[in-house]
Amino acid sequence: MNYTFQFTEVFAAWPLLLKGTLSTVQLSVLAMLLGLGVAIVCAWGKTAGPRPLRWLINIYIELIRNTPFLVQLFFFFFALPALGLRWTAYTAALTAMVVNLGAYATEIIRAGIESIPKGQIEAGLALNLKRHEIFRFVILKPALRTVYPALTSQFILLMLSSSVVSAISADDLTSVAANLQSQTFRSFEIYIVVAVIYLALALAFTALFRTIYRLTLNYPAGR
Amino acid sequence: MRTFGFPEFLFILEAAKWTVALSLIAFIGGAIGGLAIALSRTSDKPLLRVLSGGFIQIFQGTPLLLQLFLVFFGAPILGLEINPWVAAGIALILNSSAFLGEIWRGCIQAVPSGQWEAAQALSLSYVARMRDVILPQAFKIALAPTVGYMVQIIKGTSLAAIIGFAEVTRTGQIINNATFQPLIVFSVVAGIYFVLCWPLSLLAARMERQHAQALAR
Repeated sequence: MNYTFQFTEVFAAWPLLLKGTLSTVQLSVLAMLLGLGVAIVCAWGKTAGPRPLRWLINIYIELIRNTPFLVQLFFFFFALPALGLRWTAYTAALTAMVVNLGAYATEIIRAGIESIPKGQIEAGLALNLKRHEIFRFVILKPALRTVYPALTSQFILLMLSSSVVSAISADDLTSVAANLQSQTFRSFEIYIVVAVIYLALALAFTALFRTIYRLTLNYPAGR
Repeated sequence: MRTFGFPEFLFILEAAKWTVALSLIAFIGGAIGGLAIALSRTSDKPLLRVLSGGFIQIFQGTPLLLQLFLVFFGAPILGLEINPWVAAGIALILNSSAFLGEIWRGCIQAVPSGQWEAAQALSLSYVARMRDVILPQAFKIALAPTVGYMVQIIKGTSLAAIIGFAEVTRTGQIINNATFQPLIVFSVVAGIYFVLCWPLSLLAARMERQHAQALAR
């Protein structure tokens, strides 16, 4: 092996890498929040909604979970504009991420909702709580607590798969890397550095989720 | 300009065999690597546990796309002649080794500890203990999640399109560039993946239900 690693050009480009990291974080956090919203609505629809709605949600989940994210991304970016929808690579990427995460998270949250004992909901009714209050405090919150580990690892998988949006040249860390690569030709060094950044992001998100759990869901379990 | 017709459809469909071939390579290679990782993770040698833990952390903590790029651009540095086939194969094998290793570690540890102790009390060697006592029981637990993970592998092979490997997604892009009918092209591409993945998803769900019932009895 007679190859000399040259990291100088990579590290000299740190402002670009920082900017890319921030856009990946921003894109992922937005997609997590919106995707969680989609998932909560769909999980409610799937457990309590009318039959046709349940059907529709099931079709959505199966379609998304059985096709690759890259193809979904191409569909949103190339195919929908052919129907007259005008949007940027960024919006297409964000939409694809939200739609993708929504399907996986719906199944996770549904499992949590189904784990809530019936007596707990009846207790809510007996306390004369309103329907939305029962859903929010008696069903959703304990359900989220139960599935929290699965949900947050899905969030981290989403953050990692956001690197794929570079394929439609939406702004993110991987597209910054691809641009740097074509300017400096130090592909291997660049991708090593970027992979380390992703690893650091994954660890940072894990720590963040642990803190959120401590602050919001860490109450004594009632059994 | 071409329009999307039956020959174009066949062209994409034919590329499905490369998606299937790449998935099989990734699964078989990943199964061998994954077994090694799972055994190292559950071994009583701290060094093996740390190494395999680090391997899993690296491959689960970085994007598959970056792993593909690193193999693709890194192999020439080691002096290896590389093409998209080899790069995609190696990256997918390493990635699925990490994920299958972690899944199977859980399955091995799910075998009740009494089984371990009984095997030890019979003074079975490590190989006999694993081969005849632990792994057959872990295998039953592992079946459903492993079939479920095969779906992830098939979907993961689509990323090989980005380094120029002509499987279904890449072929779809090529046809799209020739016909400018993205709606139908990418619907066909998504449909092919769906036909490959959905039966496996259903099978995994059924196995999981059967397994849950068997435990409930």
